[in-house]
Amino acid sequence: MSDLSELYQEVILDHNRRPRNFRAIPSASHHAEGYNPLCGDRLNLYVQVEGNVITDVAFQGSGCAISKASASLMTDAVKGQTVNEARALFERFHHVVTTPPDQPVEDLGKLSVLAGVREFPVRVKCASLAWHTLKAALERDAHASTE
Amino acid sequence: MTPSAPSPTTDARTGFDVQKVRRDFPILGERVHGKPLVYLDSANTSQKPQVVLDAMDEYYRHANANIHRATHLLSERATALYEGARAKAATFINAPDPKTIVLTKGTTDGINLVAQSYGRSVLKPGDEVVLSWLEHHSNIVPWQIVCEQTGAQLRVVPINEAGEIEIEQYRSMLSPRTRIVAMGHVSNALGTINPVDEIIAPAHAHGAVVLIDGAQAVPHLTVDVQALDCDFYVFSSHKMFGPTGVGVLYGRSSLLEAMPPYQGGGDMIASVTFEKTCYNVVPYKFEAGTPNIAGVAGFGAAIDYLMGIDRAAALAHEDEVLTYATARVREIPGTRIFGEARRKTGVLSFLLEGVHPHDAGTILDNEGVAVRTGQHCAQPVMDRFGITATIRASLAIYNTREEIDVLVRALERVRGVFT
Repeated sequence: MSDLSELYQEVILDHNRRPRNFRAIPSASHHAEGYNPLCGDRLNLYVQVEGNVITDVAFQGSGCAISKASASLMTDAVKGQTVNEARALFERFHHVVTTPPDQPVEDLGKLSVLAGVREFPVRVKCASLAWHTLKAALERDAHASTE
Repeated sequence: MTPSAPSPTTDARTGFDVQKVRRDFPILGERVHGKPLVYLDSANTSQKPQVVLDAMDEYYRHANANIHRATHLLSERATALYEGARAKAATFINAPDPKTIVLTKGTTDGINLVAQSYGRSVLKPGDEVVLSWLEHHSNIVPWQIVCEQTGAQLRVVPINEAGEIEIEQYRSMLSPRTRIVAMGHVSNALGTINPVDEIIAPAHAHGAVVLIDGAQAVPHLTVDVQALDCDFYVFSSHKMFGPTGVGVLYGRSSLLEAMPPYQGGGDMIASVTFEKTCYNVVPYKFEAGTPNIAGVAGFGAAIDYLMGIDRAAALAHEDEVLTYATARVREIPGTRIFGEARRKTGVLSFLLEGVHPHDAGTILDNEGVAVRTGQHCAQPVMDRFGITATIRASLAIYNTREEIDVLVRALERVRGVFT
């Protein structure tokens, strides 16, 4: 049986209630809009890259607790990283949330609270929307979609 | 046969024995996540009674053959099942003749057929197609496509805060430019029953033809296309306890006769040479290719099933459960209900304050409760209310008050997680 308390951990509920970096950066060097056609959720992601370093990152939009918490946790995680480190973290995160629940996965620190979505396949897209949007923003592709 | 005594589970208020009906649907005994299934997603697709499952199984075991084109016994059986279902569909909506029934893949297919065959041949630049803000995407996009092809314009009738069509504005929108009016009978997102008689007659007065999307109406209401006097009526088997992939387009005979074919292929032709092809007669002209024969056999059984129950009592039962559900959900602090039309059926759309519908859907599912969360293929309705999604509990003849109690307890669990 799927464990709900694994999915809705206190950290996720907290980031849903008080998302970090929840604002626009009008002058951001990179921006992308993410869209999940399944639920109609939209997410605007702003990334400020200086040299090769993400010096600021923020988001705005509406979404479920999983997508909002994931976006919030992601902004905390990639701020200060190089673009290549952030891209690599996307791959690692994506691997964690798409690995079947009976198989072990790498510990990603705070981001690991989202590993609970593995028990809920229809919710994986919610957890990965912000990350797809980040990838698109860094590639200067204006639109990301979980489709 | 001797008449049986009323079962002890018959509801004294409605005269409807819901427990007897529930026993007809094997899947209702299913457990999900270790809990008894509470299926509140019938507007999405309904569950199927044993008689429908049996009809499809019987077809494959004893009648499987292609229709209309072989001399052997199995083909005769298959053709009889297929044409029998067409005749049943005609009776079901009181169509004047089985020839006015085109068997389609479903409501979406029927609307696309009318848009491309009828719409594309009559619409000219400056003509108007009128629909409403309540429409399902499948009654919007086919018209957008044909408008783009022909230069015609879409006009959209607004809805009020209760989710009802603004009928005065509708009347004022009609003009000699109006060629087609396409409206839902019952809204899938809000459950509003549209006043179709007030839609059809004024359109005819302006010389327009009217298509009614009955996908959400046929599982609940008794439909009489001759009394309605509509020109086209479309619906799906799978919303009314039949299999997916089958639907009906009823068309006024004179219109169907004049319309060009929609798709070319086998069965829709009378003769083919490379110089000239003569099309088959209506309705076969619109049924190219080998159809979903097993599905149509199941659809026939679904019609028999629905016509075999007391539909007035079933509707009274559903209304009673909907009224109960509306009252119980309203009692939960922080709920907002969308769609409070004076006449509605089958649907309760709502939001819980501070909870995204998607999160609610996952927690409800964990409690065994199946609802739909999202925009319900009706994004304009969501936009009208300034929201992106709702939680939608939708009912059918087999739902009970006890299931609503389970829903309400599960919603309280949702609130517990988020507050």
